Amino acid sequence: MQYLILKKDRLNDLISSLALRKKVVAPVKKENNNYSFEEVKSAKEISLEYIPTILPPKKYFMPQYETLVEYDISEGQKMDAVVEYENMILFGVHTCDLAGIQSLNIVFSDRPKDLNYLIRKNKIIIIGLECNKLCDEYATCALMDNDLPNGGYDLFFTDLGDYFYVHVNTQAGDDIVDETKLFEPSDTSHEKDLEKLREQKRKLFVNKFGIDHQEIPNIFDKSVNSPIWEDIGNRCLSCGNCTNVCPTCYCFDIKDVPNLDLKTGKRIRVWDSCQNETFAKVAGGENFREKRSDRKRHRFYRKFKYPVNRYSRFFCTGCGRCTRTCMANISLIDTLNQLIKENSAK
Amino acid sequence: MNKEVIKNSEYKIKRSKIIKAKKLTEHEKFFEIALPNAECLDHDPGQFVEVSLFGVGEAPISISSSPTQRHSFELVVRAVGRFTNEMHKLESGDEIGIRGPFGQGFPVRILEGNDLLFVAGGLGIVPMRSLINYVMDNRRDFGKVNILLGCKTPKDMLFGDEVALWEKRMDVNFSCTVDRADPDWAGNVGLITSLIPGVTLDPNRTFAIVVGPPIMYKFVVKELLAKNIPERQILLSLERHMKCGLGRCGHCQIQDIYCCQDGPVFSYDKIKNIKGAI
Repeated sequence: MQYLILKKDRLNDLISSLALRKKVVAPVKKENNNYSFEEVKSAKEISLEYIPTILPPKKYFMPQYETLVEYDISEGQKMDAVVEYENMILFGVHTCDLAGIQSLNIVFSDRPKDLNYLIRKNKIIIIGLECNKLCDEYATCALMDNDLPNGGYDLFFTDLGDYFYVHVNTQAGDDIVDETKLFEPSDTSHEKDLEKLREQKRKLFVNKFGIDHQEIPNIFDKSVNSPIWEDIGNRCLSCGNCTNVCPTCYCFDIKDVPNLDLKTGKRIRVWDSCQNETFAKVAGGENFREKRSDRKRHRFYRKFKYPVNRYSRFFCTGCGRCTRTCMANISLIDTLNQLIKENSAK
Repeated sequence: MNKEVIKNSEYKIKRSKIIKAKKLTEHEKFFEIALPNAECLDHDPGQFVEVSLFGVGEAPISISSSPTQRHSFELVVRAVGRFTNEMHKLESGDEIGIRGPFGQGFPVRILEGNDLLFVAGGLGIVPMRSLINYVMDNRRDFGKVNILLGCKTPKDMLFGDEVALWEKRMDVNFSCTVDRADPDWAGNVGLITSLIPGVTLDPNRTFAIVVGPPIMYKFVVKELLAKNIPERQILLSLERHMKCGLGRCGHCQIQDIYCCQDGPVFSYDKIKNIKGAI
């Protein structure tokens, strides 16, 4: 365990020196209080204070389009399986998104292992950034215990005024420290500053649900026939926005994209959504989740129940993106509260 | 963006050869396929493969042949969509991609020594044939065998030659019914459920194997339970869209079950309380 500090006025030196070596991506401000992970060359471009980006860092680990196979059918079904990857440094990842990346890591390292994901993930260095304030009223990180870091980074930065307190978690993180020579040793006064911040955070990041997240799977056990699914199903537009912006949604489709010669081409993996009407349809015409209420329920269970059975882990990170993006104002907080209420009435 | 070739990707296909192709009915075509270098597919009855045609895509297809046939395997494909219509254009000598086999097939080791009641509706005979022919090839390892077969009309019947053999064998009880008869049909007319009450069986040592269209399961299971067959001895093969075959893409998911890895064969006791399973 090693803790260092980086003076704030050295941040630009850090980013520009990293950008000389590798692609650096970080949160960048867009219009209408939106943020996006994008390539940066200097610290000026980065928003150190940001609410969850439109798309989570998932887009670098599981790109929306990725080539799995390149083929040539001039003579039979010739093919090569390929992986596309980019060496990069992901700077400024909040704790909710670190939890999202950890969830994806578990899914794609489950057997049979997904080499495309696993090779790509090891080319990405992650520098986390602590949230000092609650981003907005949609976040539920306090419920999901993701308001404090739970690993999953190489370096972790906490903004403590005129310096960052830095946790060096891996050798890859230590290499950055060695190569850039911008970090300084920390002492107990820095540690105290961190404790003070964490103390203040305890007042800001409050679980207002009245239950611990460990109780949620039991509530879901009794909620299969809850009227809430019809209610939100009636409002849902099946647009798939919630799954696109979710840091742990990983359902996909596989498609062939022929080149103009119609002989060569690629087999690609693209993001798909369990909210799409045809997602669970089979060739014979049967649709196993035809109703929007069934699809809505499926998605909630895939966050709060099924992954807990399979991986002992919640696949809701509390980032709030699904609620922020929903065109029909379906709220994760309201849905959970409703289920908690129904359950306590039983 | 960097790119590397990966040698052992799960998405790698085996370049396989169609060694026989034959139209069975207006909509169904039979393919016998050999893997490269005379490799054996080494599947369990009830498993499936992902069939690939680059430029068109991939589709999960049930294996129809018994694993006792080692040099090749067989598929029967109904032309219903883009992929299957393209597949119907293929003939003997054409190359095709294969991934798999995938999933949990019929638990042959558990079935050994027991009586078997096969209930196949429509295209259900295609995957079921992998087990029926396995049982025929290892006939003395099993108890009594009853085969119930249902199809829409007599001309929809697949594998007529083999069905005729099953009918003739002294070690198999065979019954068949059609939903709609034609003038030459002298057999039963009615749904497959109508054949079940007439079967003589010892429920404690009978395993029922049911494969058919999704709508069929509820009604068949009801009849089997009425025969006192224990829930865990009723085996069903569920149809879902197994897009990747690797337990990941989400299309075949039923609650927290991935049909492609945990199934497609399930015993009734495991799925009876799972909403949306049958």
